[in-house]
Amino acid sequence: MSAPVVSKRLVIVGASLAGLRAAEGARASGFTGEIVLIGAEEHLPYDRPPLSKQYLGDAEIPYLRDPDSYVHELNVRAVLGNPVTALRPDEKAVVVNGESISYDSLVIATGAAPRELPGYSEIPGVVTLRNLEDTHSLRRALDATHNITIVGAGIIGAEIATAARKRGCEVTVIEATHYPLERAVGREMGLVLSQMHPRNGTDLRCGVTLAELRTEGEGGKVSSVVLSDGSEIKTDLLLVSIGVVPTTSWLKDSGIELHPDGSIACDEYLKTSLDDVYAAGDAISWPNAHTGRTGRLETWTSANEQGAIAGRNAAGVEDALAYSTVPYFWSDWYGHRIQFAGTAHDAEPEVVIGGYEEEKFVVLYRSGDHVVGALAVNEPAKIMKDRRRIQQRSTWAEAVEHYKELGRKLALIQQETV
Amino acid sequence: MKIVVDRIKCVGLGLCEAAAPTHFEVGDDGQLIVLRETVDEQDLAQAEEAVRSCPTSALKLIS
Repeated sequence: MSAPVVSKRLVIVGASLAGLRAAEGARASGFTGEIVLIGAEEHLPYDRPPLSKQYLGDAEIPYLRDPDSYVHELNVRAVLGNPVTALRPDEKAVVVNGESISYDSLVIATGAAPRELPGYSEIPGVVTLRNLEDTHSLRRALDATHNITIVGAGIIGAEIATAARKRGCEVTVIEATHYPLERAVGREMGLVLSQMHPRNGTDLRCGVTLAELRTEGEGGKVSSVVLSDGSEIKTDLLLVSIGVVPTTSWLKDSGIELHPDGSIACDEYLKTSLDDVYAAGDAISWPNAHTGRTGRLETWTSANEQGAIAGRNAAGVEDALAYSTVPYFWSDWYGHRIQFAGTAHDAEPEVVIGGYEEEKFVVLYRSGDHVVGALAVNEPAKIMKDRRRIQQRSTWAEAVEHYKELGRKLALIQQETV
Repeated sequence: MKIVVDRIKCVGLGLCEAAAPTHFEVGDDGQLIVLRETVDEQDLAQAEEAVRSCPTSALKLIS
């Protein structure tokens, strides 16, 4: 039986993917009360993945929903342009621009912000990428740039390296560890994927850090960087992509439970430690029943799904749903499609079809007798089937047999064509 | 209901296939294949989930 309790005003803090999905999820569950969507940016929710991909090339603003439909279809009041500065659980209110907005239930979806290099962020020519304005200025900067240095060889760094190479820039990527992408795809595959950089003319340097930044001229714009190994690289633009920090400092006096990394502690229903307060997206850690681990998951897919569930659960019209998922992300590097499902944590990778040289392969990750992860490079037809096998906890033998069978079929087709 | 794919927006990420494998499949060339265009009452929830899960908003259901 569903509880008859229906909250009257649902407030959503954060007008991005998870925030919008929370509003939609609440409405889809039958919530008829008032919804207020509060966003720090001036824009209605737009999609972020294109910002480092197509949109960095040239495209229209990737709005997630027709701007006219907020009032008419979704019946949502959007309060945009100012960040929420405080949560006061005793008053059941949040504070925006000095004004208090009360809630019956609340969804927090404030996301995360790029981690900065202390002492460098104010220097002209040092940039990060997270929002629409960042993309606009990065696009302009790339047009006027010949030498770009990217700090951090993660997903975003690689996507921007791709865009910069496409515009004819000389690109250097520096990575503090010897193992780029280790957290995302594991040590071994991180090294394999990183080889795409030198193959496409990007100078990748691992195991070095930024020692000094040299500037020149009026305004002291970046002119070169000196690395920890003493080498100096001519640089007009320094892009910092060394991960993100949950946007939760505004919550520090609220009494809400935060993890040491600053993320909001949620349970499997995406409820926080405070009554009637839920959270979703990049700002949270939650126990993922599928992987058995509690942590953050900074992917589009999880923000999309968590938003809908947090909105539904916060609305309280229907029974609460728990959220678990097989993580999934994708990225496009130098014209290659990279897709990953599951986890690489404590797992052994093995190529099951294709090869590194062809830049077309599937790697499965084994943990014990089970397949727990899959990496597909230029194999777009495979990944979701692997994800399903991971979801269903297929054995390693089953997953490998599927590819052996596929290999036999391919060999037959090749014989026939010869 | 019927599924409509915006072929310009679709980049073949396959999240629709994850949500509704009876209706969608990504082919070897990365192009989305609509296995069944018509959505019956019993598949509606899955199909709606597929529409919502599309990162490029390339899917629509029309009556």
